Amino acid sequence: MKLSTRKLLDKSFTGYGIFAIILMACALLLIIVPIATKGIQAFIFRGTIEYRKLRLEKFEEGNLKKVNAELKGSQELRKPIYDMIDQFEKDIRELEYEERREYRKELREVKKSLKELFGPAPGDHQPVLWREQYGQTRWDRAKIKIDQVLFFEEWDYSNPDKMGVKVLVDRKSLFKGTSLEPLFAYVEKHAQSILQPKLVFYWRFLFDESFDAHFFGGIWPEVLGTLYLTLGAMFFAIPMGIIAAIYLTEYAGRGLFISLLRSCISTLAGVPSIVFGLFGLAFFINSVKVSESKSVLAGSLTLALLILPTVIRASEEAIRAVPKTYKEAALSLGAGKWHTVLTVILPAALPGILTGIVISMGRAAGETAPIIFTAAVSVGKPLHFWETLSQPTPALPWNIYNLCTEHEAVDEIRHVQYGMVLTLVALVLILNLAAIILRARISKKLKG
Amino acid sequence: MVESPIQSTEVDNAMNGTDREKSQETASVDKNHNKAPQVTGGKGNNGAQVQDDCHVTTKDFSIFYGDNEAVKKATLSIKARLVTAIIGPSGCGKSTFLRAINRMNDLIPGCSTSGNMIFDGLDIYSPQVDVVALRKRVGMVFQKPNPFPKSIFDNVSYGPRLHGMLKKSELEQIVEQSLVRAALWDEVKDRLHQNALGLSGGQQQRLCLARALAVNPEILLMDEPTSALDPRATAKIEDLISDLRGRYTIIIVTHNMQQAARVSDQTAFFYEGILIEMGDTKPLFTKPREKKTEEYITGRFG
Repeated sequence: MKLSTRKLLDKSFTGYGIFAIILMACALLLIIVPIATKGIQAFIFRGTIEYRKLRLEKFEEGNLKKVNAELKGSQELRKPIYDMIDQFEKDIRELEYEERREYRKELREVKKSLKELFGPAPGDHQPVLWREQYGQTRWDRAKIKIDQVLFFEEWDYSNPDKMGVKVLVDRKSLFKGTSLEPLFAYVEKHAQSILQPKLVFYWRFLFDESFDAHFFGGIWPEVLGTLYLTLGAMFFAIPMGIIAAIYLTEYAGRGLFISLLRSCISTLAGVPSIVFGLFGLAFFINSVKVSESKSVLAGSLTLALLILPTVIRASEEAIRAVPKTYKEAALSLGAGKWHTVLTVILPAALPGILTGIVISMGRAAGETAPIIFTAAVSVGKPLHFWETLSQPTPALPWNIYNLCTEHEAVDEIRHVQYGMVLTLVALVLILNLAAIILRARISKKLKG
Repeated sequence: MVESPIQSTEVDNAMNGTDREKSQETASVDKNHNKAPQVTGGKGNNGAQVQDDCHVTTKDFSIFYGDNEAVKKATLSIKARLVTAIIGPSGCGKSTFLRAINRMNDLIPGCSTSGNMIFDGLDIYSPQVDVVALRKRVGMVFQKPNPFPKSIFDNVSYGPRLHGMLKKSELEQIVEQSLVRAALWDEVKDRLHQNALGLSGGQQQRLCLARALAVNPEILLMDEPTSALDPRATAKIEDLISDLRGRYTIIIVTHNMQQAARVSDQTAFFYEGILIEMGDTKPLFTKPREKKTEEYITGRFG
């Protein structure tokens, strides 16, 4: 090959390499940036006076005097709204039945959207659900609700050749010439001063229990459940995996049975996680009965099975990579096989084993399918340690799925879902980081 | 050299007899045996004496890798507290033979032996031998320095700890003593708790030596201990071997004939698995009896 061709090839390979890395970095950014920016909204947002009221009444947090003063101002500004509605209701009593009915229907819509925005009107009976006791607690949600007061949606089918088009219609136009007409301008003008949004750093999102199906509060039960499940899986998988790896590398021969075992382990690594989930349900809960029904224990065991092949494989590779000379040296000093493994081979293989553990830990923390049938529930209290043996738990991966598919008000609590995603990613990152730091320290110690 | 009466033990005599009848290659060994004035000592059945002077004896000892006979019916005896060099071209079975003495070949799948190798009156390959106990008495230094990825202290104390010595003061004493013997103490005494892999190659090899010495072995096997070292480090190791002579039985495999001539009292020459000649080093190098030996040491092959 000519020198110039070779150089060209070299260069193009370098180019491809750089291109691939840049592409990957972009993809990573594309994933990470939305996760971070949207997830952070669960922690930092503009909380309204309703939020502060809620914190004070239900969580007993905040400055009572200050909040009461703010509430007073807010209520004064709200009063004209309800006055206008009262006036309008009086006015329409004098109208013809048909017209009155029409206005009543529209008024109901207005009152409903106002209730969603500002909470129940004064004099209304107290609703049972928390979410109906308060107005919008977040300014970003409140802005949407303000729009719902001011406009309503209509479908325009006027062009028969096209699909229907959604148009926003000014609600004001429905009440033209009535005493309610100024209400819309008033709401638009004063909504912000009524709700008084203030920047909140809600770090307790991580450590608060959730209330009213995640409408309020934090995600502590989910975080704790994820930690329990991950650490539980590690607790079962690491010793078993390492011992299996030691057996396979140091003790097992080269028989048919052993090679069969090896290919079984490889196959196990490729089994879909939902199959593990069903297996966990059938085996751990229905057959072995480790618990009455779903429990953290059953989930941990299932997750442990899921990551076992990874742990075994990584440990095996790490043990194989330990220089044979270490083993020879130990044996020549009169160490037995088991002693050699414990004192020389395992310490030297530890960084590699930890790499496998890091990978599988991330996997265990994020897996949803295996815990659906074995451990996860959508709402629950944070568990005490001893309760993990018998109780199911909410867990981040499952609840993310649950919130975005099965929750009755998906749109209302998107921020919780994003916050959970960010927390899960951060959690995995922290667990990995801890393991990576540990590995680096051990490597450094080994290398001198 | 050990000053002792010239008589052979019964074991030796028996061996020599069979040798003469059996194989020509090993005949040279026997001749040498008989000629050498300070060969063996002890009266007849005195086991202790046998152990003193003939530390390891082999009779028709063969090593197989599967069907391949790597060492062919070697019969020789290695004298206590002397330095014995094993030389020969690559692949002649010298390392295999050395590793047979502390049964390191057990690690290689498919490796088997025949014949006898007797150490301290016991056949090393008999089933009742405790390999761990054997290896404690037969230490080894390998071709490449192979300290554990632990601190210097932990490296040297590995063996003593293994054999049940746990008191810190005792360990400290034995570590110092071993490092002094391996001429490494002055260089590392201030950094005993740093990782051994931070040492230079020559230092690492001396550390391995100290590690082997720390379990107080009777025999020290060295498998080309200087092949990975530079001349200066090599010289240090050779000096050490001279210092250790008289305290331990040292068997050293080497590629380097000058080294064998410099450090050893006895030399065995292997060629294609066959022990060609064994005897005192000086006569072997100056007046080899076998043609092959002469060809090898004059550099005609190898």
